[in-house]
Amino acid sequence: MATVDTNTPHDALDLVNSQRKKGVEFVVMAILILCSLVAVLVTVGIVLSLIFEAYRFFERIPMTEFLFGTQWSPQTALRADQVAAEGAFGAVPLITGTLLISFIAMCVATPLGLMSAIYLSEYASKRFRDFVKPALEILAGIPTVVYGFFAALTVAPLLRSGGESVGLNVSSESALAAGLIMGMMIIPLISSLSDDVINSVPQAMRDASLGLGATHSETIRKVVLPSAIPGVAGALLLAASRAIGETMIVVMAAGLAANLTANPLEAVTTITAQIVALLTGDQEFDSAKTLSAFALGLLLFVVTLCLNIIALRIVRKYQEQYD
Amino acid sequence: MSKTAIITAKDVDVFYGDKQALDKIALDIPEYKVTSLIGPSGCGKSTFLRCINRMNDLVPIARVEGDIRIAGQDIYAPEVDVVALRAQVGMVFQKPNPFPKSIYENVAYGPKIHGLAKGKTEMDELVQWALEKAGLWNEVKDRLDQPGTGLSGGQQQRLCIARTIAVKPKVVLMDEPCSALDPIATAIIEELIDELRQNFTIVIVTHSMQQAARVSQRTAFFHLGTLVETGPTKNIFTSPEDERTQNYITGRIG
Repeated sequence: MATVDTNTPHDALDLVNSQRKKGVEFVVMAILILCSLVAVLVTVGIVLSLIFEAYRFFERIPMTEFLFGTQWSPQTALRADQVAAEGAFGAVPLITGTLLISFIAMCVATPLGLMSAIYLSEYASKRFRDFVKPALEILAGIPTVVYGFFAALTVAPLLRSGGESVGLNVSSESALAAGLIMGMMIIPLISSLSDDVINSVPQAMRDASLGLGATHSETIRKVVLPSAIPGVAGALLLAASRAIGETMIVVMAAGLAANLTANPLEAVTTITAQIVALLTGDQEFDSAKTLSAFALGLLLFVVTLCLNIIALRIVRKYQEQYD
Repeated sequence: MSKTAIITAKDVDVFYGDKQALDKIALDIPEYKVTSLIGPSGCGKSTFLRCINRMNDLVPIARVEGDIRIAGQDIYAPEVDVVALRAQVGMVFQKPNPFPKSIYENVAYGPKIHGLAKGKTEMDELVQWALEKAGLWNEVKDRLDQPGTGLSGGQQQRLCIARTIAVKPKVVLMDEPCSALDPIATAIIEELIDELRQNFTIVIVTHSMQQAARVSQRTAFFHLGTLVETGPTKNIFTSPEDERTQNYITGRIG
């Protein structure tokens, strides 16, 4: 058996010096760290200022009144020396308005988005899919302000005249109009994410089911969709959080009347629309009215953050299952 | 041979787009025997297997020509329903692919969609029968409600076999069923295949010549899309007629 020769001397290897400057590595790393810190620090700053200003608001208005009060009318005094009540800061009508519009939007977007995702991933030919998927993504690229005036100037009057012809009293700024259009806006989000989720169900699952003599639709209903449900739920939660935080459409189409109602034909207002109303124009910076915008912002932030975290958890857990 | 042949294939050509994958295949497969299809990668043995239950229908660019009959019936005749065909010709895949459902639900899936059991007791019996046949019953009888994906690889593959035979097909196709398994799990499955041929006709694609020699009574050797030689397994491995078969089984090609 041959042995390895360890005795012959080698040329000395230079393992200490290299052609490159060590300083460059350090500078590159420093720049990269700096860039990522900017985004993180700005986020932290925003959250801190939200919390701080909201705290100042809660010094004037008790948190229980804010969270459980059913009256919202911050537009009281025009000037600080005017004689007027402090206004009412019960956020319940805003919360219910937000939920009502988001609910309508989800009712529209869930079936449409899910069905189109199923069609795209399971039935559509590759050519059709290659054409429709980018088209759907363009829909996602339409500025929300465009959706907004479409809702306010086209859909809302249409609903109003349609409602009148059957004897219903539809407000010219209705939750229904805003919800319908918001639903349209989040369809691409749902269909695109669900399509990805459905596609990631392994082909082996479909083969197994088809190989047992199941039809295409049986396979989709009994194997593909049950496997995809967690991921689809994640997609729906992300869409819901998008709907809750959406601003332009509701500012333009839902109105500013803080009605506490479940009737989609009436005007309602949302957290985001109120923040816009509170902070546009010249503002006195430490009135309860202005500060209430921060409290609303914090509320919105907490709700959407929770939804996003839950949604991402679900989506990630689901992805791990098959990787 | 032709008297007991349950599957007869004549002049079978398969094209993927412009590429011809199978060329004039003629093969008779006897009933209640294990027939193994061997040959180097890309020789068309899996393609032929997937013609028998028309899984190639799922590949948009695949085109199958020729004549394949099961018990005398042309399975590519226009009036044939693939769903009914696949209930008669089950398939076990290369990688164990249990559904992410419970063990019980995995086995009950096929019988449910084909309405093979009336009521819960009948279904319970059918599930137990299939799991016993697949040699898995004793290992899982206390945890039928647990997910099938939690079993070991070999157990998963036996679960897939149980799932397939629960539909009570005439023919069971196996596409390299042991290639993802360790030698011990492989040995168990091979024993199982030998028992299953009492009730089913089995066609198995395998890369392992030893496996073909151990489990099958007949062997067909494919090479570059053609069927080179077919005959009793013993003859193929001891006195092949074609030089290519000789080269393959001695390890010179493949």
